[in-house]
Amino acid sequence: MASGKKPSGLRVVGKAHRKVDATAKVTGVTRFADDLFLPRMLFAKLLRSPHPHARILSIDPSRAASVPGVKAVLTGKDLPIPFGILPVSQDEHALALDKVRFVGDPVAAVAATTEEAATQALDLIAVEYEVLRAFPDALDAVEHPEPAIHDYADAGNIHKLIDLEFGDVEAALAQADIVREDLFFFEGSTHLPMEQHAAVADWSADGKLTLWSATQTPHYVHRALAKVLELSPARIRVIACPNGGGFGGKSDPFSHEIVVAKLAMITGRPVKTTLTREEVFYCHRGRHPTLMWVKTGVKRDGAITGMHFKSLLDGGGYGSYGVASTYYTGALQTVTYHVPRYRFQGARAFTNKPPCGPKRGHGTPQPRFALEVHLDKIAEQLGMDPAELRLKHLVPPNSLTANWLRIGTMGLGPCIEKVIRGSGWKQRFKQLPYGKGIGLACSSYITGAGLPIYWNAMPHSGVQLKCDRGGGVTVFCGSTEIGQGSDSILATIVAEVLGLDPFDIAVVTGDTDLTPVDLGSYSSRVTLMTGNAAIQAAERARDVIALHAGKKLDAPLERVTFAAGRVFDVQDPERGLTFAEAVQLAEAAEGTIGTVGSYTPAPSAGKYRGAGVGPSPAYSYSACVAEVDVDPATGIVRVPKIWIAHDVGRAINAATVMGQIEGSVYMGLGEALMEEMAYRGNRNVVHKIPSLLEYKSPTTLEMCDVVTYVVEDPDPNGPFGAKECGQGPLLPVPPAVANAVYDAVGVRIDEVPITPEKVFKALRRKEKGEAGRFGPTAFPDIAWPEPTRVPPPWEGGDGRAVESGKGRQQAAGSARR
Amino acid sequence: MPDAKVKIALELNGDAVEVAFAPHKTLLEVLREDLGLTGTKHGCELGECGTCTVLLDATPVLSCLVLGLACAGRRVKTVEGMAAGGTLHPLQEAFAELGAAQCGYCTPAFLLAAEALLASSPRPTRDAIKQALSGNLCRCTGYIKIYEAVELAAARMRGEDAKPAPETLYGVR
Repeated sequence: MASGKKPSGLRVVGKAHRKVDATAKVTGVTRFADDLFLPRMLFAKLLRSPHPHARILSIDPSRAASVPGVKAVLTGKDLPIPFGILPVSQDEHALALDKVRFVGDPVAAVAATTEEAATQALDLIAVEYEVLRAFPDALDAVEHPEPAIHDYADAGNIHKLIDLEFGDVEAALAQADIVREDLFFFEGSTHLPMEQHAAVADWSADGKLTLWSATQTPHYVHRALAKVLELSPARIRVIACPNGGGFGGKSDPFSHEIVVAKLAMITGRPVKTTLTREEVFYCHRGRHPTLMWVKTGVKRDGAITGMHFKSLLDGGGYGSYGVASTYYTGALQTVTYHVPRYRFQGARAFTNKPPCGPKRGHGTPQPRFALEVHLDKIAEQLGMDPAELRLKHLVPPNSLTANWLRIGTMGLGPCIEKVIRGSGWKQRFKQLPYGKGIGLACSSYITGAGLPIYWNAMPHSGVQLKCDRGGGVTVFCGSTEIGQGSDSILATIVAEVLGLDPFDIAVVTGDTDLTPVDLGSYSSRVTLMTGNAAIQAAERARDVIALHAGKKLDAPLERVTFAAGRVFDVQDPERGLTFAEAVQLAEAAEGTIGTVGSYTPAPSAGKYRGAGVGPSPAYSYSACVAEVDVDPATGIVRVPKIWIAHDVGRAINAATVMGQIEGSVYMGLGEALMEEMAYRGNRNVVHKIPSLLEYKSPTTLEMCDVVTYVVEDPDPNGPFGAKECGQGPLLPVPPAVANAVYDAVGVRIDEVPITPEKVFKALRRKEKGEAGRFGPTAFPDIAWPEPTRVPPPWEGGDGRAVESGKGRQQAAGSARR
Repeated sequence: MPDAKVKIALELNGDAVEVAFAPHKTLLEVLREDLGLTGTKHGCELGECGTCTVLLDATPVLSCLVLGLACAGRRVKTVEGMAAGGTLHPLQEAFAELGAAQCGYCTPAFLLAAEALLASSPRPTRDAIKQALSGNLCRCTGYIKIYEAVELAAARMRGEDAKPAPETLYGVR
């Protein structure tokens, strides 16, 4: 894989560039899905369940069909084939077949000439429900296996159970000087993209379907449409419109996408739907509310001897990415500080709420919060500075972890040093006046999942390049621009290799008819994977052009250089051709100049069942110091400033990296202080107020100042050394804020969001002589399966399990603590 | 039965226009559906997010809360009216330069709210910018590049030869 060019040789990569789509975005020209208006277009609306858990006894849509303007009405029986993002969780129907599983679950759909007529028709669809007992949270679902929300769960209403052990953790804990146990809770939160989901479908009389959608994963929508509609994938075109924010919330194939497609097929007219903001809350797929228990043994110097981590995720009504999310709550504990022995037990419960899935950080912000606050407590118990404790026990670069993750470059040390110095940590930690505090936390994140969702040997990312005889280059790639700058990454990288300006490159992305597959904008995979594929395609083009330019210039190949729109002999730069002339020579000799590139991650080191989640070509690292002001009279926490350092390997576009880091800090701050998917506490399980006003997110008045340090340590697996920056910097923010609150007022808030009420309660408890803490007090007994035992690399393992679990249904004899 | 359409005349981005629409429609709907100006976006259609901000007689309003009928004879400016003769407005230029538009969905609203601020306050403090933009939500940027872009544009509009600070684009190295 091409990479690792010397920075001195880079002309385009690493600079701050205007994004290739920036002008369209600042002029309002960018076409989002809801901006599409096609001739004769109909509007679709979905009827949604008013019950959290109910059997559908009957549906009578006949009156709806008689509303003037209504062209079609659909119910579940019209789309009976199930789908879902993961092959193991094909548990959704476009419209509920026989059961609804949350308030907002789609039940029927109408297409009409106006939105008003469609809405009016929904009211006339008669649905008879038999209301079932509803499960408002994971604890309730663990305690009550019946009535089962789904019939395929590992046990009762527990969707998924995982038990992995890497070395004998009990023995490791016995060797520790201190063993500490803590409990944490991370509340669910939602992506809240400013753009509501929208989709437009068009069906042509020659049997071809086109879907435009606000999706981060056109490839998987393509798959779902083919499956549910029973169409050949060759007859389906999915176009991912630029997303008005994604953050993971547009990564699943959705009911409304399938419904508009079916309605277009029935009516022969284009059909659009745009979800209301309330409906976006029902689509959700956001952060799983997660209860966590962690027990760690450490030596006096802070060295970890072993760690045992348990998580219980509240999954909502469907599988979504939940199996992967559950694994992710246990996968990355080992990639920051050396953990020689590690055990992870994870469970995901079905509940009667909108399904949870991947939100920025996917399953890892919750355990990272737990781990980093836990370490802060351990440091205090040991009388160590928390920064020193972390710095002393960093995972070494180019190493394997206990759970067989392959670490490449590892820039956490420099990250910690930068935020410590910048924030004045040594002069301020434990030394600020009461009410003011400072806290540190660190994190790591994957740069793309090492394995695809559907396991196969094909590339994760493909690029095609077309060189025009006019000197223009077009890059085609299935990647999806969601605001993170992925289109610009392609242009920048191709421009670097071919010696052009990024604005000489035309970029065509996210269209299953026009572009080779890229798996989608998730798991922070896009820069690394499309970047490597683009380098390969561009280098192949460069090679063929150089061959013919070299002949013309009478220069040996190794001297033919591409820069500033020219192709020249590096020993005699005056002797050269324009890039267009060079392309013409190559085209005259070879025919049309088009090349391809692709990228597949190297195989993972772990070979055990469950090893598919966690491996990545490269891990990014972040360190964060948060400063807080806590008002002891009210419990109100304000965060005036955050220092964040992020190891990005190499910035491809420096300005975009800054934006991703600052945006991650913002979203982490929201989760730390205020964001929560709050439901009424009774069995109606209704979202409290699904609106932008009542779902609190930081405005300009809550957002803190941010000092950003970009650490560059090029990783050999990344394009020009680049690693991710779009998700990782979110992770350390909530624990840094929690640790700072403790420094400020001496109370531990072991759950997020850290609301005034929780701080106030903890302060009151402390005043009364009780533990100054707010957080969960117990982890439920769960009948875990026999653990899958995998020896760590330093205990003679080969990445395989030595004693596989005896099957998920056969639980161990007794519940363990 | 749908209401019969009504027709109004208004000044839109400097042009005199007439438009007919169902009388219950909001300015947001009239702009997007009847005038084809989809640069104005929506995030809630309830007046909560600021995404549909346009200028009505030079004042920022939430177009989802203004009836189209209320705009008869008035001046409406949308993002489509910001660039002049193919030249970006200094705010647009600065937003593009700094990456203050990530997904770009909230961007038109921020640009117009900022334009109104700079019209009355050519040298706003950071706090004044935060106050002026506090009714607009952005989920991508953390607002920081937006503040920096407004400050950069303001300086340029005052005639200064302003450039972004290196740490704005590259962080602290």
